[in-house]
Amino acid sequence: MTAVPTTAPRTRKVPRPSRSVVARYPVLVALCIGALFMVVPFVIVTVNALKSPTEYAQNGPLSLPHGVHLDGLKDFWERVDYGQKLWNSVLISGSVAVLAVILSVLNAYAIGIGRIRGRTWVLAFFVLANVLPQEALVYPVYYLSKETGLYDTRLSVIIVFTVIQAAFGTYLLSSVLGTFPREIIEAARIDGANAWQVLWRIVVPMSRPTLGVLMVFFFIWTWNEFLLPLVMLISNDNQTVSVALGVLQGQHLMDATMTNAAALLGVLPALVFFLVFQRTLTRGIAVGAVK
Amino acid sequence: MTVTVDRGGRAPAGPSHPRRPRNPYPLFLLPGVLAFLVVIVGPFLMNTGVSFTEWSGVGSPKWTGLANYRELLDDSEFWASFRHSLFMVVAMAAVPTVVGLVLAAALFDFVGKHFGPRIAAVLRACFYLPQVLPIAVAGIVWSWILAPENGSLNELLKAVGLGSWQQDWLGDPDIALYSVMGVMVWVQIGFPLVVFMAGLQRVDPGLYEAAELDGAGWWRRFWHITLPQIRPEIYVVLTWCSIAALKVFGAVYVLTKGGPGGATDVPSYFSFTTFFEKTQVGYGAAISTVLTVIILLLSLVGLKLQTRAEDAEEGGRA
Repeated sequence: MTAVPTTAPRTRKVPRPSRSVVARYPVLVALCIGALFMVVPFVIVTVNALKSPTEYAQNGPLSLPHGVHLDGLKDFWERVDYGQKLWNSVLISGSVAVLAVILSVLNAYAIGIGRIRGRTWVLAFFVLANVLPQEALVYPVYYLSKETGLYDTRLSVIIVFTVIQAAFGTYLLSSVLGTFPREIIEAARIDGANAWQVLWRIVVPMSRPTLGVLMVFFFIWTWNEFLLPLVMLISNDNQTVSVALGVLQGQHLMDATMTNAAALLGVLPALVFFLVFQRTLTRGIAVGAVK
Repeated sequence: MTVTVDRGGRAPAGPSHPRRPRNPYPLFLLPGVLAFLVVIVGPFLMNTGVSFTEWSGVGSPKWTGLANYRELLDDSEFWASFRHSLFMVVAMAAVPTVVGLVLAAALFDFVGKHFGPRIAAVLRACFYLPQVLPIAVAGIVWSWILAPENGSLNELLKAVGLGSWQQDWLGDPDIALYSVMGVMVWVQIGFPLVVFMAGLQRVDPGLYEAAELDGAGWWRRFWHITLPQIRPEIYVVLTWCSIAALKVFGAVYVLTKGGPGGATDVPSYFSFTTFFEKTQVGYGAAISTVLTVIILLLSLVGLKLQTRAEDAEEGGRA
């Protein structure tokens, strides 16, 4: 975003051939067209969600709306009890984000700073857990949750995703904490702090930026999850936004205007996250990928 | 967020620091290990075990040994689903990596340098946007755009006089898979772009200057400097995206439900329907076990390539 270092030499020793000056604008235009293509679906959805059904039927999806009709959105909102779905998503994703970061910090503290014996194997275990497809867990999780009475509760989804997200968190944080300045920890230990105090008073506060990135990631990833919530949350009161919309779409029960309303209401929270977190997201991805 | 790697920070266990008698750190791993045993290891072993049985989800499973796997070998639906996975790898790993590289290089060195980093950032954000969208919602958006009646794409084709190109994009067995692939390219492209742009910031600008002085054009600099320099990122992206492609579920569920006539079925959707619609749990478990093995192998290869590329790079710099 703003962090692009302007390493490009402003003054060039060799004058650039004039050819490339001419070539600049076509490249920019091509990129802009590409970017437009990426954004167009969002625009079409927004435009059509504001139309009345008759207007849509008469003029098709490509016309501009005459005025703003929010009735379609309101109908859809009430019909699927969208407020409840939003709350479920917020509750599940928020809890997972916090709990998974805590679990990751504990694991990474033992691996990255504690350098416990066999840590390479422990880490390898978390990496494998991280790539494991959910398809290989979904039936046993479904079965066991039924046995323990956790089936169709938001708690079951929170527990499962806390662990799944913590696999990635442990992997990333372990390498970050592995580079934590040892002198600080040694000094605190000599001053009489025990391992628990070192963790909460020194390591956690000093790693706050990384933990923030992780928390944002976990929140959005959990928000976007589909398979496990689809299997685990069947009653209307517990479903997340993704599941509720996906199931409606899958049943082909919606007409065009409803689909539109559904799409817009699904897109909006994502857009909000994107605008709020975009720096964290784009930067965080880079950190996660290279480590 | 650059993490300066300071290896060799291993403190010598000097005799002057009296070590505490008990190492407190393994205790911190306890909650994590317990949670993983219950939520991941247990279910995974159970799934693998069930794959050797015949079970409908109620009653006790009947041990059948390798029967499920033998049946898989003759199951054309199974082979078709994995063939579609290869198409998904093309749509979600190969194409986004290539396009992402070109876009990243163009944005970084062309737009970023001549038009300012702000414009580059805005364009990058546009390309990244679909990545934050829940896949179920992306599916709804696209199934509405690709609808045969009144769908935006067909309407657009009609409006520009290409009415004969109109299709039932998701309902025609010959086209559906390509339509899904197109949607997945749209979904995926932002990820490589962002990773590559971050990688490019690592590259020493002196290399480009030297090459430019030697008269190397943009294309040659891209081929001989950019590509080798960000090789670790390329491996990471290829591995992650291929794994994601093998796991595709939500898009297929929302867009086509594997149809028409199995034309867009993929392993994860196939195992899902086998588990929960046909209730052949043993068979579904066998499908997901095969998928797991493939993914694990792929990640091992990817990890190996990545570490080798990083080592080579560090060696080259030293």
